[in-house]
Amino acid sequence: MNAPVVIDRRTVLAGAGALIVSFSLRRALAQQPKPDQGPKLPGSLARSPYLDSWIRIDADGTITVFTGKVELGQGFKTAFRQIAAEELDVDFDALNVVTADTKLTANEGYTSGSHSMQDSGTAIQHAAAQARALLVAEAAKRFELPAETLRTENAAVSAPDGRRLTYRELVAGDLLHVQAQSTSNLKDPAAFRVMGHKVPRVDIPAKVTGGAAYVQDMRLPGMVHARVVRPPSYGAQLTECDTAAVEKMPGVVKIVRDGNFLAVVAEKEFPAVKAMNALAAAAKWKESAKLPKQDDLTRVLTGLPSQDSTIFERSDPSATGAKTLEASYSRPYQSHGSIGPSCAVAQLVDGAMTVWTHTQGVYPDRQGIAEMLSMPPASVRLIHVEGSGCYGHNGADDAAADAALIARAIPGRPVRVQWMREQEHAWEPYGPAMVTKLKASLDANGKIADWSFAVWSNTHSMRPGGAGALLAAQHMAQSFAVPAPKPLPLPEGGGDRNAIPIYTFPNAHVVHHFIPAMPLRVSAMRALGAYHNVFSIESFMDELAALAGADPVQFRLDHLGDKRGREVIEKAAQGFGWTRGQTAPLNRGYGFAFARYKNLAAYCAIASEVEINRETGRARLVRAVAAVDAGQVVNPDGLANQIEGAIVQSTSWTLYETVSFDETRITSIDWQTYPILRFNAVPERIDVHIINRPGQPFLGSGETGQGPAAASLANAIANATGKRLRDLPLSRKRIKDAIDA
Amino acid sequence: MMTLKVNGRDHQVDADPDTPLLYVLRDDIKLNAAKFGCGLGQCGSCTVIVDGRAVLSCVTPVVLLGGKQVTTLEGLGTVAEPAPIQRAFMEEQAAQCGYCIAGMMMRAQALLLRNPKPTDAQIRAELEPNLCRCGTHMRILRAVHRAARLMDTADASSVTDRSVP
Amino acid sequence: MGPNDTGGMALTHGPIIVQFTGMAGKSPIITGVVVAVLIAGAAAAFAATWRPSIATVEPPRPDSFDPALVKRGRALAAIGNCNTCHTIRGGGNYAGGVPVPTPFGTVFSSNITPDAETGIGRWPEEAFVRAMRTGVSRDGHHLYPTFPYDHFTHISDADDRALYAFLMTRQPVHASLPENQLSFPVSQRPAIAGWKLLYLRRDGVHLDGTKSAEWNRGAYLVKGLAHCGACHTPRNALGAERVNAQFAGGDVDNWHAYALNDSSHSPLPWDADALYAYLRRGWHPDHGTARGPMADVVSNLSSVPDNDVRAIAVYMADMSGGVPAPDRERPARASVAQAQSPSTGQGAAAGATIYAAACASCHETGRPLPYGGVNLALSTAIASPDPRNLINIVLSGIDAVEGERGPIMPGFSDSMDDTQMVALLSFLRARFGKQPAWSDLDKTVREARSTQAASLSTSPQLRTVPDDSK
Repeated sequence: MNAPVVIDRRTVLAGAGALIVSFSLRRALAQQPKPDQGPKLPGSLARSPYLDSWIRIDADGTITVFTGKVELGQGFKTAFRQIAAEELDVDFDALNVVTADTKLTANEGYTSGSHSMQDSGTAIQHAAAQARALLVAEAAKRFELPAETLRTENAAVSAPDGRRLTYRELVAGDLLHVQAQSTSNLKDPAAFRVMGHKVPRVDIPAKVTGGAAYVQDMRLPGMVHARVVRPPSYGAQLTECDTAAVEKMPGVVKIVRDGNFLAVVAEKEFPAVKAMNALAAAAKWKESAKLPKQDDLTRVLTGLPSQDSTIFERSDPSATGAKTLEASYSRPYQSHGSIGPSCAVAQLVDGAMTVWTHTQGVYPDRQGIAEMLSMPPASVRLIHVEGSGCYGHNGADDAAADAALIARAIPGRPVRVQWMREQEHAWEPYGPAMVTKLKASLDANGKIADWSFAVWSNTHSMRPGGAGALLAAQHMAQSFAVPAPKPLPLPEGGGDRNAIPIYTFPNAHVVHHFIPAMPLRVSAMRALGAYHNVFSIESFMDELAALAGADPVQFRLDHLGDKRGREVIEKAAQGFGWTRGQTAPLNRGYGFAFARYKNLAAYCAIASEVEINRETGRARLVRAVAAVDAGQVVNPDGLANQIEGAIVQSTSWTLYETVSFDETRITSIDWQTYPILRFNAVPERIDVHIINRPGQPFLGSGETGQGPAAASLANAIANATGKRLRDLPLSRKRIKDAIDA
Repeated sequence: MMTLKVNGRDHQVDADPDTPLLYVLRDDIKLNAAKFGCGLGQCGSCTVIVDGRAVLSCVTPVVLLGGKQVTTLEGLGTVAEPAPIQRAFMEEQAAQCGYCIAGMMMRAQALLLRNPKPTDAQIRAELEPNLCRCGTHMRILRAVHRAARLMDTADASSVTDRSVP
Repeated sequence: MGPNDTGGMALTHGPIIVQFTGMAGKSPIITGVVVAVLIAGAAAAFAATWRPSIATVEPPRPDSFDPALVKRGRALAAIGNCNTCHTIRGGGNYAGGVPVPTPFGTVFSSNITPDAETGIGRWPEEAFVRAMRTGVSRDGHHLYPTFPYDHFTHISDADDRALYAFLMTRQPVHASLPENQLSFPVSQRPAIAGWKLLYLRRDGVHLDGTKSAEWNRGAYLVKGLAHCGACHTPRNALGAERVNAQFAGGDVDNWHAYALNDSSHSPLPWDADALYAYLRRGWHPDHGTARGPMADVVSNLSSVPDNDVRAIAVYMADMSGGVPAPDRERPARASVAQAQSPSTGQGAAAGATIYAAACASCHETGRPLPYGGVNLALSTAIASPDPRNLINIVLSGIDAVEGERGPIMPGFSDSMDDTQMVALLSFLRARFGKQPAWSDLDKTVREARSTQAASLSTSPQLRTVPDDSK
């Protein structure tokens, strides 16, 4: 069993002869166009403008698509292949896709923020279209015919007279090693054969037959297994550890200790686990962490020093409010909770470190690991291999750093590290706790006259770049300090993502209270601040609609100018059977919510029906109907899968989830203490209505459902119980207490 | 050395008797499908079938398995010749990251072995021990229903149920 | 309805009572004779024990009840654990239909929602109180004592009124009940009258001036509404609690309700603080986590006013006080700690190996209760002469509760055969219980396996939310 297939540039080159030019990436990086140089190139072409950074046709006719993005289970490998197959006129099955690898692919930063389709998908689409144009031009030259008379099909260009040249025959020299143009001759969406169609995902067959699909499944020759012993709490110091007995345990190869970093390496995996347990028992720690009061987070957060900025201001003195409403909402720390604990394989050979990892950003993680190891980045290669779904910055990067640090201690041997469940739960960087305070007034006609929104939050990205973001680097003797947190800039934002309302209010004031101090380790979790901000805004919209005596759907439409947004709302309402003045059956409630992710990505509206058990307080999502507009759709089933998943996952976050901790330690360390949704809470049905926008730009959709699903559920619970819950999670106990109050 | 019968074949395994089956499957027999999720019997990603029953391999020491038949997802079928449950999961595109899916499929397979026509409620109840984080549940349910139909209509000669050797 | 009507009857049958309470455990033949005598007695008593129907009323409007009264009723209903017997999984709250197995057959619990047709919607308060006091339905027929009116008879008027207010403000659920499945002669309701003559004591709960108010409150709750003895006191051949064996341990749903008196097998003795913590949170580090039917009880108690839980604990601690039973070795803390050490060097014994891989990964990783599994040296299930609770737990494990923090334990029924199960249990008994081996263990395991499915079908929908705050 070997590593999942990774095309090594050198072997490809060896077989490719002179046809393939030297890999363009390094040059491309060196020659990045300056921002003010001409029109911006589409998607990630702006960062890596050479076509052969994206599309390569080898001497044997193999066509490979390169993306700096990674497959996290969203189906990108399939979608990118669809795009390239479409624009290149190549059979879908004849294409390969290579994902993020610092040696092979462009630097596309992180696979995050629902950017992959916008960045990489767009780049691939244009690169493929332009590559096809170059191939056609080359064929025109050889046929001595005008390019307009030629057709492309099945990786070949054919002339009206029946002559035909395959791409393999056409590609030569530097044909594709050219800078991209800002515009491409894209296909007419009406002619799409592959794009916009339900193409089965390429990764699923291996996943349902036990193929090697994940970094966890890698088995390299001579590979050893390592386990890390993590401190019991943040900042704990390892004061004493007698390793002698553990070193003698059967199968133990080595114990690696570097400051507070402690790990054990064994020939086989279970002996490594046993040795880890023994090592953990031998380790003595001095703990110093002082965690805040879990039950008082609103006060804790709003009491911490913050950097405040007004991020939106609109004023129209002619509009004045008659009735005013105020409310505060909160969200606890929440876990990514990957089902598979983080894992990585690393190997040091001849001074070069290779790390196979499920990181979301091979380049930034490489930078961090290289810094940690005091190695030049060029000597460190990170190759993405799929892991368990991460939903943001989980333990992936840290596990990669663990593997690299341990591999350095036993040169030559590949080291596989997998975290234990408790480590994943206790050490992953959480989705930050947040507080929002809203205030709005209705005018005499029941329309919102003024709107005030304030959000308190930590940063939503502590991803690597520098070594200080990595646990191993924080724990080693020559430790790296955690870098100072920075707010992510608007228009995308972090804690203030989606804090600016998409609705049009005559007076509006939005403030972001950025809190630098981080009592718990936090970073990016799916949708970042948008989850809580949309939950707050869309809950409050319902509260205001009730105050106005208006139907919640109509109330939203009355404040929304965005045409595509309106269509999404109308589609979801219609699909749900939403009617003005409707009454839900006994113990049931209907809820509605809408947002456009980041106010610039996909639109999503969700209508929900919940059932409440009034005695126990148990809320159950019965059905949800979503409408989504993600621009041009590449794979409708993949898009539906993302939205369905977002609704189910957000339901779990919204009803159940809270990271728990005492004064010193994280206490939610497994599925007993961090319960998530199980099958008994799965709704009867979820319908996803897709509004396709042929020819429009791709809009990222991986995170668009999180906020609307939460608010829709909260609104349905309020509809069913007559009680408004504003603190997440909307737990059984909170619902019961509200009903009994 | 002990003998372990996995997917119809005898394997000589050099592991301590207290080693959980999961590690033997992955580390010694080099199988991929059963996954480490928690090691505590809380998530189901390590689920395999032992003598027709769904079992959590992470908390099942190999010493319990003498004379028993272990079936993993690899033992049901291949990409070229998928078992009904594998076909169903492919046809329903019932995965996102897919890490939990092998465990889900084995538990569903065990259910279908003893109850070929389960109700929706029975499927939900059966799958309760297994966690999915991507939210693929609706598709998983559809896939199990589809697998039941496929098994029902499958030509007995072309589809061999390999989970019960 | 004077307080003396049944009491007076019982007095006239005094000698019979003595005879019956003294005969538990005697041969079936004697039991049969006694039953025959009882039936005859019951028939004779029928006229005297017959109860008139109480006229129906229009279902009272929910808003006709004082919210404060309803709130009090809610807490009382939780103490009474009403939902456990009156709510079936997936069914409407308090809509009944839960099968209650008895040695004489299955009785289905009633619909106690205010539904006019199938529930108690047309019952006036007077009828509700009569049912609680004397086990008589509104229409005059006798109710089976699976409804523990032998305890509820002690509930005060004020509390009955609050319970009535609470139930009458629930959502009405239209749900008819299955027919009871009882063998003759128990299937004849007049037989119940005879049972009541023998066992329904209406002498109330008398205040004990020598004890604290808290103790007395506890006594009132334990003997009455909380009906602890219904499970924890053994029953005689006619299904009545044995007066002279109060809290000596009983059976319920294939579980053993542990002895709470001085014959308790808990390795460490209970005291009021431990009982309070256990009833309040559902677990205690010295005693483990409430499972089986007790899980429902502690779940309900989690919403009960603190002082009532404390009162129950104080009273029960007094009941369990006194000298330990002679066969009961209380291990010193030191020996407990010793048993805690990892199980290396236990040899290749099958049970030890199974334990090391299947159990120790949670029970010996130092994870605190309730999530780490009890220190098995402190486990009453292992120390108890009745192995059924341990077997049930090992077979079925502990399921996750939807969306709530709580212990999860995988069940091993599908991975261990009977021989392996016996090996493991024997190992646990010897290593942690330090007790003589259980006899007929293989038979008990087989029986537990066959009843496992049945007990799962009635498992509750709501369980405790352990409070692990420090």
